[in-house]
Amino acid sequence: MSQLRDALAAGRFAVTGEIGPPKGTHVEPALEEAERHLRGRVLAVNVTELQTAVMRTGSLAMCRLLLERGIEPVYQVVCRDRNRLALQSDLLSAAVLGIENVLLITGDHVLMGDHPQAKPVFDLDSVHLIQAAAALEAGHDLAGNDLDGAPTFFKGCVAAPGSEPMEPQVLKLRKKVEAGAQFVQTQAVYDPERFEAFVEAAAGIDVPILVGIVVLKSAGMARYMNEKVPGVQVPDAITQRMADAPKEDRKKVAAEIAGDLIRAMRPMCQGAHLMTLGWDDVVPDILARAELA
Amino acid sequence: MIIMKQKPFDDLLAAMETDEKVFLAGCSECATACKVGGQEELDALRGRLTEAGKTVTGTCVFDTACRAGGVREGVKEHQAEIDAADSILVMACGTGVQSLGDRLDPKQVHPGTESLFVGEVEALGRYVEKCSVCNECVLEMTDGICPMTRCSKGLLNGPCGGYSADGKCEVDPEKDCAWILIYRRLKDRGHLDKVAGIQGPHDHSSHHHPRAYRWPKPERPKKKRPQEEPA
Repeated sequence: MSQLRDALAAGRFAVTGEIGPPKGTHVEPALEEAERHLRGRVLAVNVTELQTAVMRTGSLAMCRLLLERGIEPVYQVVCRDRNRLALQSDLLSAAVLGIENVLLITGDHVLMGDHPQAKPVFDLDSVHLIQAAAALEAGHDLAGNDLDGAPTFFKGCVAAPGSEPMEPQVLKLRKKVEAGAQFVQTQAVYDPERFEAFVEAAAGIDVPILVGIVVLKSAGMARYMNEKVPGVQVPDAITQRMADAPKEDRKKVAAEIAGDLIRAMRPMCQGAHLMTLGWDDVVPDILARAELA
Repeated sequence: MIIMKQKPFDDLLAAMETDEKVFLAGCSECATACKVGGQEELDALRGRLTEAGKTVTGTCVFDTACRAGGVREGVKEHQAEIDAADSILVMACGTGVQSLGDRLDPKQVHPGTESLFVGEVEALGRYVEKCSVCNECVLEMTDGICPMTRCSKGLLNGPCGGYSADGKCEVDPEKDCAWILIYRRLKDRGHLDKVAGIQGPHDHSSHHHPRAYRWPKPERPKKKRPQEEPA
């Protein structure tokens, strides 16, 4: 059973968190952070999979470890590294390990990561991966073969509201939902007006949206994202708030900015996905500021 | 055509280290157009190899080195020069190298080029890939822009989130996002509905390596028994 599914179905504003597995076997620090700062505060914790194409411990194992610590996981599955046999197999593996929430995404290109020599797979795209998960739930695989026992998933997908032009994002989101996506988690949003435009453009796509909130750690990070991260635009006013913050107050101001963003966008969406990039200890402050604690 | 570039000259010399006499093979098609295996390039190579102490027994720009008939004709014409060589340096694509090598077995062939991709010649010295020769053409759906080839991830159902406001791909800001090209073209033409439906996963079952293709045997008209003239 998925608390995330239940909360969204009941119309409760759903907040999820995120952790990244380590590069290596030293998993305790990430798990302890999740236990200390996320457990009981967020509904579920998304575990990134080889984020930005950097080789790490896998999302599936970390998801199971979270589950054992009483934290509901969201298993991130990317199309970059596995063909359709392995993707379907890993989805089934997740199900037998008790993992229901899955976030089904294309994944960054290998050229963005630390093994640029690797062969990028992309046998399926994110729409196909959602179709695959839906097929498994219906009791058969992508080739139409019957399963001996079918899984149940709560299937998420991603969208980038800040992308310019926006229409291709909406076209693709429509296909993802048609394929079976049940919730949307967005790329980082710092501009509520832009987000509102996206929500309006996506009107008629009947699926809950969790707005993506990436904790802004510094003014330099804002400038970096504006320059390098497609579809993410940090307004100058927000950058300035970080620039004006004394170093010892940065976490406090970052939590205020994130909390204010959630409060501003709460009427437009059904939840928020917090990406703290290691600053998990700011989550309680964010939730308090957003009046969600 | 097959786009290729010449391997570094030192690598060629290293590959031919134990060969004293070399025959140089080029190709009249792609290799000539890419300026790696035409007569001009073979003459220049002959000069450099001679300087490096090799004996070049002859040169031939094959009339399409990837065509069995072309290889046969060239070999027939240059048999003595080929026989006199320890090896053949082939300034053609990988298919040309093998097409010659298989027919001249056990004569050693050395590849002189790197085959890069099937591409378009935008201008001499500027080549781009547009088709992956995949046997599952989707160009009708996209009004003529291949996402399998021109999207870095080969996505079939629209863009990822990695395009910039000027329509470039985050993987390489020099390259256009194929899906933004497709979106703009279809939108301008009022054809966006062509990509509104889900395009299923690519079917790889029909084109595993090594690929081969044969024309179906034409049905021959059955010979009719000549009707006997009535006596």
